[in-house]
Amino acid sequence: MPELNLTSAPAHLRHGSSIGQPLTRRDGVLKVKGQATYAADNHPPGLLFAVIAVSNIAHGRVTSLDVAAAKRHPGVVEVMTPDHKPPLAIDPEIKTNPFVFRMEVLQSNEVRYANQPIAVVIAETLEAATEGAVLLAPRYETLPALVGLDAGKSYVPPVVGVGNPTENHLGDVTAGLASADKQIDAIYETPAQYHNAMEPHAIVAHWNGDRLEIDMPTQGLMLSLARVAELFGIAHDKIHIRSPFLGGGFGSKGLMAGPPVLGIMAAKLVGKPVKLVLRREQMYGPVGHRAPTRQRLRIGADAEGRLTALDHHARTVSSTFDDFYEPAADASHTLYAAPAIRTSHDAVRVNTGTPLFMRAPGEATGSIALESAIDEMAWACGMDPLAFRLKNYAEVEPITGKPFSSKALRACYDQGAARFGWAKRSLQPRQMRDDAGLLVGWGMGTATFPALMFQAEARAVLRRDGSGAMEIGAHDMGQGAWTALAQIAADELGLDIERVEFKAGSSDLPDAGIAGGSAHTATAGAAIHSAGAAVIAKLADLATNDERSPLFGAGNAGVIARDGRLTRRDDESRSESYGEILARAGVAEVEARGTGAPNPAAMEQYAMHAHGAVFAEVKVDPELGQIRVTRMVGAFAAGRIVNPHLVRSQLFGGMIWGLSFALHEEAITDRRSGRIMNANLGEYHIPVNADVPPLDVITVEEHDPHVNALGIKGVGEIGITGSAGAVANAVWHATGVRVRRFPIRIEDLLTQR
Amino acid sequence: MKQFDYVRPATVAEAVAAAAQPGATYLAAGTNLLDLMKGNISRPDRLVDVTHLDGLDQIERLADGSLRIGALVSNADLAHDAEFAKTYPAVAEALLSGASAQLRNAATVGGNLLQRTRCAYFYDTASRCNKREAGSGCDARGGENRTHAVLGWSESCIATHPSDFCVPLLALDAIVEIEGRNGRREIALDELHRLPGHTPERETVLEPGDLILAVRLPPAARGFAAHARYLKVRERMSYAFAIVSAAAALRIEDGKVAEARLALGGVAAKPWRARAAEDVLRGVAPTADAFQEAAWRALADAKPSGDNSYKIELARRIVVRALTLAAAGTPARIPALPASPFASTSGAIHA
Ligand SMILES: Cc1cc2nc3c(=O)[nH]c(=O)nc-3n(C[C@H](O)[C@H](O)[C@H](O)COP(=O)(O)OP(=O)(O)OC[C@H]3O[C@@H](n4cnc5c(N)ncnc54)[C@H](O)[C@@H]3O)c2cc1C
Ligand code: SF4
Repeated sequence: MPELNLTSAPAHLRHGSSIGQPLTRRDGVLKVKGQATYAADNHPPGLLFAVIAVSNIAHGRVTSLDVAAAKRHPGVVEVMTPDHKPPLAIDPEIKTNPFVFRMEVLQSNEVRYANQPIAVVIAETLEAATEGAVLLAPRYETLPALVGLDAGKSYVPPVVGVGNPTENHLGDVTAGLASADKQIDAIYETPAQYHNAMEPHAIVAHWNGDRLEIDMPTQGLMLSLARVAELFGIAHDKIHIRSPFLGGGFGSKGLMAGPPVLGIMAAKLVGKPVKLVLRREQMYGPVGHRAPTRQRLRIGADAEGRLTALDHHARTVSSTFDDFYEPAADASHTLYAAPAIRTSHDAVRVNTGTPLFMRAPGEATGSIALESAIDEMAWACGMDPLAFRLKNYAEVEPITGKPFSSKALRACYDQGAARFGWAKRSLQPRQMRDDAGLLVGWGMGTATFPALMFQAEARAVLRRDGSGAMEIGAHDMGQGAWTALAQIAADELGLDIERVEFKAGSSDLPDAGIAGGSAHTATAGAAIHSAGAAVIAKLADLATNDERSPLFGAGNAGVIARDGRLTRRDDESRSESYGEILARAGVAEVEARGTGAPNPAAMEQYAMHAHGAVFAEVKVDPELGQIRVTRMVGAFAAGRIVNPHLVRSQLFGGMIWGLSFALHEEAITDRRSGRIMNANLGEYHIPVNADVPPLDVITVEEHDPHVNALGIKGVGEIGITGSAGAVANAVWHATGVRVRRFPIRIEDLLTQR
Repeated sequence: MKQFDYVRPATVAEAVAAAAQPGATYLAAGTNLLDLMKGNISRPDRLVDVTHLDGLDQIERLADGSLRIGALVSNADLAHDAEFAKTYPAVAEALLSGASAQLRNAATVGGNLLQRTRCAYFYDTASRCNKREAGSGCDARGGENRTHAVLGWSESCIATHPSDFCVPLLALDAIVEIEGRNGRREIALDELHRLPGHTPERETVLEPGDLILAVRLPPAARGFAAHARYLKVRERMSYAFAIVSAAAALRIEDGKVAEARLALGGVAAKPWRARAAEDVLRGVAPTADAFQEAAWRALADAKPSGDNSYKIELARRIVVRALTLAAAGTPARIPALPASPFASTSGAIHA
């Protein structure tokens, strides 16, 4: 791969602090010119093409594969099957840590879900490999498939999400409901959804002697590397993974899945570099999805509209062979101040690829149900939905009683409502029409997402020529890490961003953890912050301990790094450039490492969440039932905003996902075969441009001294929450029809005229 | 992909001869065919590329007042031909409501007529499908079929024809010119597509080698320009096939409907002409009641083929709306959201 040269883009010269500046993406020009090398753009000499053959059935066994026919096809080099494959060092069924998921890498002929890999054909061309996979003409012994939320006996999983308790209690829900003046008891259903990143999962794997070179999009370089190391029994330092750009991940590229492992196995089998790219329909199985849910909400309120109890139960599914449980009911822990809260989950096993984190896992599914239910409760109480939410505003986190590290939600409600014009909303549904006679409805939802921190390390360098470097194995999924993290690096090094060589996206750099949980900027940013502080401290040591320096004797705390110079805090006239300090000390550069990690003491003391309020307007054709979202306003408070431009884009994207959740997205599974019938972007609907209204994002100022050193809360996922419910509630307000199964369909609205 | 021969004939006669061979098929823009080949739904041995044939990309106004549209005219070029859009506004609106701008730039008139169904089980080679493999069964029955046919279906097949373009063409009595092994012939568009019966694998009346040369709109089709609309209800604002659509065209004289044309899309294995509805409108005032009556007539024979009874009621409402819109008059410009319920700019359309 050629060295990335991000500074070849036009200089975005800004003076002063980089953090907070709305820089455009530094990799944008590369992308526009097609010069950003994604994994599948790599073509090492001698490259062969691997194509996966996938199972047509959802449950059973492969009884035969016509390997000979595939091999006879011109150009086919090898066929990898359970009977003919390089051995793995450990059984991939063994869960060596909680972030290891079971995968199908030809260890048996068992079929556990539709679209499961059952063989790999390797050929000189993509076309030959593709046809070879068809010629395998698999035969099966088919067993009945488990499909849907009622597939079998339900059970209570040990944990949901990542180690969350399955059940949580606060107070006495039964008593709270019994004492309520008004109650609602409603069931909501959300469908299976697939991440559908624009860039399909891809790998170019190349065994170079005992070294393994990998080009692969990943949201977790070191997690992937560790998994590859244990599966193939090789040392970490023999593996190099490059992942400079991802065409989206949304959680589906976080953990090592079967297909890239098959690519590495294929390269080993043929002794040549191999490229394996999933076809769109093959992404509907082995690389995770958002599990369907059925959620029951029982809510009680007193005569004043104060919540007396909130009971949120979620049924979900996992695969027949592994465990991931969409923590949907947990959405009810933080938002509304009910004196009694119970959240609980159960699940059934179905023949599906194991569900996984998908942008706002649990929060998105839980939010659309909770926000719909709160809307229903407000209506039952005869209250405006915003007034009802304000009446039940949580001053402390309801489920734990902890104070919030910061919470500017009231300002989000105020500013969002004002911008939207919410005060003019009719309380009754089906009251508003536009000039053409279309029904108009206004709805709102509250957004929330936890402010998480993982672990990361960074290495900072200052050089005699006055430049600096920041190295961190961070991931740019399109969200803008190349830009936002470089901005933080520039500030921490006290240099202009153009003087900082920012390196990321490669496994030979310090571990940046995982780009997930909306925590990447915060976590990597904290590591960059501490690495920068450490290297500046070293430089300051060189200066302040040297009597030839104008800074001699100032002490570490006594200097400030700014514009490539150290300056005495108490005497601005005394300063020295980095280059001068290093030259006099006779060193070419100084370097230091720093880490970012959660602060357990602060977490013990505070509840940490980003918040927001989303307002949506929809229009609905009164007879034909077609829906159009015509306006959305989202006001979000998410701590420090590193780059307002990129943050706005993240929030736009989230709001569009929310709209999509309410109105479009659904994997249609055949109830008999367990096969997904719309595994393509023509039929798996996501919004097109004409579906997306003008979006208005307000970022509400919020200072959080507790979440992390930089006060960053993360914005990658919160935009979906609140938005999905706001759209659904607007549809109700337009039509008077409460649809509780998502996405809302035209036939749901044909009932009334 | 399966290996195949690729031939590029120089003349229509060569094309017909090349395509008459077993396993051969015509390739126009390939926006449908290539997808089918990549998915192994179609596995032709030979592609006969017609895109280089001369003379099939013209829009010609004939002396008798007909319009002749060459089979290779792109969907976009046709829709954007100002004269065409003015004379046959519902056809232009239908074209612009289909697929995406990129697809319309490529897709041809002939290919649009002969595009295959979007039944998911037809596309899914793991499923049984009588259309893809005669006699294998139909997994759409009892499956995920909320978008399937409500008219003209059989136990063998409940698929719909997905074309938007065909719907107003049918309403306007379009004629299809065909060159085959036995020379040239022409048929009404209404006769081109077959209902499934026991042989859903036979989708059209075309014989091996038959090449569509052109589509002709007869002189009478010009008479509806002032009152013609296409309306398409779909699950997103654009880039989605119709759940149900309708083309309505009226000739209004002295406040009465002198002649009405009505066709439905997304309801059957072929674009569906609603002649009974047309009949009740002849000679009556264009009122809401008359349109309701027409809608009942149009769907009188409809029955659900699965989880799709809502399509019958939806189709009735679409008929009423399309007729209402047509009666209100063709807009001066094709709306920015062609054929959408959200296209309307004038008030009073919605009750
Ligand atoms: C994602 C997507 C969305 C779409 N949405 C819509 C939509 O909303 N509405 C809509 O109406 N359509 C839609 N389409 C379908 C599109 O209109 C058709 O794919 C297109 O019109 C086919 O034209 P083509 O020239 O590419 O045909 P090809 O794909 O080349 O051919 C299609 C068929 O016609 C045959 N054929 C082509 N020309 C001739 C001829 N002259 N004589 C005899 N046989 C011929 C071919 O053999 C083949 O069987 C969509 C397509 C896609 C891929
Ligand atoms: S409805 Fe027709 S096209 Fe669909 S599966 Fe059945 S036979 Fe095939």
